[in-house]
Amino acid sequence: MARVVVDVMPKPEILDPQGQAVARALPRLGFDGVSDVRQGKHFELEVDDSVDDETLARIAEGFLSNPVVEDFVVRRVQA
Amino acid sequence: MRIGAVTFPGTLDDSDTIRAIKASGAEAVALWHGDADLKGVDAVILPGGFSYGDYLRAGAIARFAPVMGEIIAAARGGLPVLGICNGFQVLCEAGLLPGALLRNAGLHFVCRDQWLKVENAGTAWTSRYDAGAEIIIPVKNMDGRYAAPRSVVDELEGEGRVVFRYAGLNPNGSTDDIAGISDPTGRIVGLMPHPEHAIDALTGPSDDGLGMFLSVLDSVVAA
Repeated sequence: MARVVVDVMPKPEILDPQGQAVARALPRLGFDGVSDVRQGKHFELEVDDSVDDETLARIAEGFLSNPVVEDFVVRRVQA
Repeated sequence: MRIGAVTFPGTLDDSDTIRAIKASGAEAVALWHGDADLKGVDAVILPGGFSYGDYLRAGAIARFAPVMGEIIAAARGGLPVLGICNGFQVLCEAGLLPGALLRNAGLHFVCRDQWLKVENAGTAWTSRYDAGAEIIIPVKNMDGRYAAPRSVVDELEGEGRVVFRYAGLNPNGSTDDIAGISDPTGRIVGLMPHPEHAIDALTGPSDDGLGMFLSVLDSVVAA
């Protein structure tokens, strides 16, 4: 078994109103110096050793993200 | 004439869709997400709601339902398909229409009567309208902001595939005020606002939505 992390983020050119709302809230909470926030999704998958990188990429691209508007990164973390 | 309306877990507007189909004079056929069976219908409508709770992304899980395999194959073969709201999101996730629907720019769930301009009256679902007509039907969604790469939007605009455009206020920050689009054949159409809630002045802001249900009858007869 291995743990695989998939991070999905809106593409840079896509407006992210949720991230903007978070960024605008920070100064009101007294946190200064944060100029931008982008909000995405973080998936943690427990996978068998038989699942190869190509399969993981297909899962990330074909289901966990929508490639029209989102980018993804797949990482294997400590087993 | 048999028009199907699909129910997924979390679909909300199947009852009103069936009511609108009946009001158009067609026979309404309830289609179930778990049945890979279109029951011989002449056209299919994917109603609005929150299929599978909008988990992952709106429409992302519904596209894998058994009934969708049949709909995708039949749509590629020319079956008229209309996606309303969540149904539009499902059609985009399924790749039958380009682009995606994202969180409303204002981060509010928007529910109101909305003016639309009918930009293309040549599709299977809009032939009863005059090109350029303005209609008022309800819009109600959280994820209605149409987005696609600029090249895709330019292609849609150039080919007349922007079928509906928000008139007056844009409720969600949608690119180019796009409210609805079609595939290249004009037989697959998706829009965020809800024609099925505007078929009768007693229960909606107008009866402007009924034209979509009547239009497809003409297209099926002509086919």
